[in-house]
Amino acid sequence: MNAAVLSADLAYWAQSLLRVLGGLVAVLLPAGTIVYLFLFKMMSFMQSRLGPMEAGPYGSMQLFAEVGKWLQKEDIYPARADRFLFKIAPLIVLASTFLLVVVVPFGPDAWFTDFEAGVFYMLAVSSVSVLGILIAGWSSANKYSLLGGLRAAGQLIAYELPMVLAVVGVVIQAGTMNMQGIVVAQNAGSMFGWDGLGNPYVLTQFVGFVIFMIAVQAELTQTPFDMPIAESELVSGYMTEYSGFRFLIFFIGEFATAGVFSMIASVLFLGGWAVPFSWFGWTNLNDIDNWMNVAGPLILFTKMVVLSFIIMWVRFSFPRFREDQLQRFAWKVLIPVSLVNIMLTAIFKVAF
Amino acid sequence: MPVVVLAVMSPFLRSYLTVVWFGLASFLVAGLLLGISALIRPNKPNPEKLLTYESGVDPVGDGWSQSQIRYYVFALLFVIFDVEAVFIFPWATQLERYAVFGLVEMGVFVGILLLGLVYAWRKGVLRWV
Repeated sequence: MNAAVLSADLAYWAQSLLRVLGGLVAVLLPAGTIVYLFLFKMMSFMQSRLGPMEAGPYGSMQLFAEVGKWLQKEDIYPARADRFLFKIAPLIVLASTFLLVVVVPFGPDAWFTDFEAGVFYMLAVSSVSVLGILIAGWSSANKYSLLGGLRAAGQLIAYELPMVLAVVGVVIQAGTMNMQGIVVAQNAGSMFGWDGLGNPYVLTQFVGFVIFMIAVQAELTQTPFDMPIAESELVSGYMTEYSGFRFLIFFIGEFATAGVFSMIASVLFLGGWAVPFSWFGWTNLNDIDNWMNVAGPLILFTKMVVLSFIIMWVRFSFPRFREDQLQRFAWKVLIPVSLVNIMLTAIFKVAF
Repeated sequence: MPVVVLAVMSPFLRSYLTVVWFGLASFLVAGLLLGISALIRPNKPNPEKLLTYESGVDPVGDGWSQSQIRYYVFALLFVIFDVEAVFIFPWATQLERYAVFGLVEMGVFVGILLLGLVYAWRKGVLRWV
């Protein structure tokens, strides 16, 4: 409400600049957090080692050291590669992350866009990254890369569907495809007449939540589903020929997307930026106090860290799926289960 | 962007304009960092360095070698199910209004699709060939 008044005072270009800067923070901050907290430190502790300790206290400046290092690395194009496609592929992967963060609401007035069909947009844009991966795999003119790119495409085809179908359950319960609407529906809702916790869909849509997180794991090509970048057989798959800063862009893109997907999962299943409305006697979006615009992003960030912890925990714990197991798991387990989940959710929604 | 165009644009279209700005921003940021990198990184190509990587041995044949795409049938199935999702979402938002009628209709729809999946399954399409 008041932020809307505030932004109305600004020219359109100033609003857009603010949004873009906010988006930059919303993409890079989760990526940095995940890489330092989980990839550097938690992975090390799980493997009984310390991880980076030299740069800053407990190695907390390691990220900046790494970026400084990658900036100085030579950018090598293989002689046989398709140079133009080879150059733009990492940019497409990074762009898909930026397009994805557009739909995430951070507070009652703190959002970038308020699409009516936000869920739809999110599902559509989430598959752009595989285009970049396929281009990277093809343009490298390398057998490993080509195989990696093709595997990535096959994996996305298989796991896009469970993801889409898992979200349908949430849309049925909320009755809207608007991300902000889904947040409000969860926090203004009640479970069996008790509204102390609102109605976070992770409880009522637990099957959907599990399927969604598995599909996210697969779309991010994190370890149980890392056939496309399997180090031991494909030498990083589609990234084999990349070096220097272009490789780092792929790397940033991967973890930024992990962060953004965690945020989307917390919006869809954990109640997003809000606290249960009954705590402060709110009933709808207009009652919410302005301080939620500051507290909201922090709450969402906390939930994001928890969910990306789960993603990384699974990544460090499980061995890799074989390609046929991976496809079989998607088509013979996840898709039938999510279809049944949709029908059950619909029946409960109509019955109550 | 001229002011006139903005005034004509509906808020709906304008919210999609934000998407364009975000896409441009991502290219800009990546371009900026690559530009900084170009100023300080070395550039000393030689034929060995630019050779296609193949685990240290000289590459054999063309990089774009033929490879069998084993999941093209999956890709066909994917199209069917993805289109199904397009139909399910509008129904999901309006379920409260349609109640039992909508439920039965969608039950039939999902049932037919499941039948298709079962058919593909029985045909052995979902098996790794």
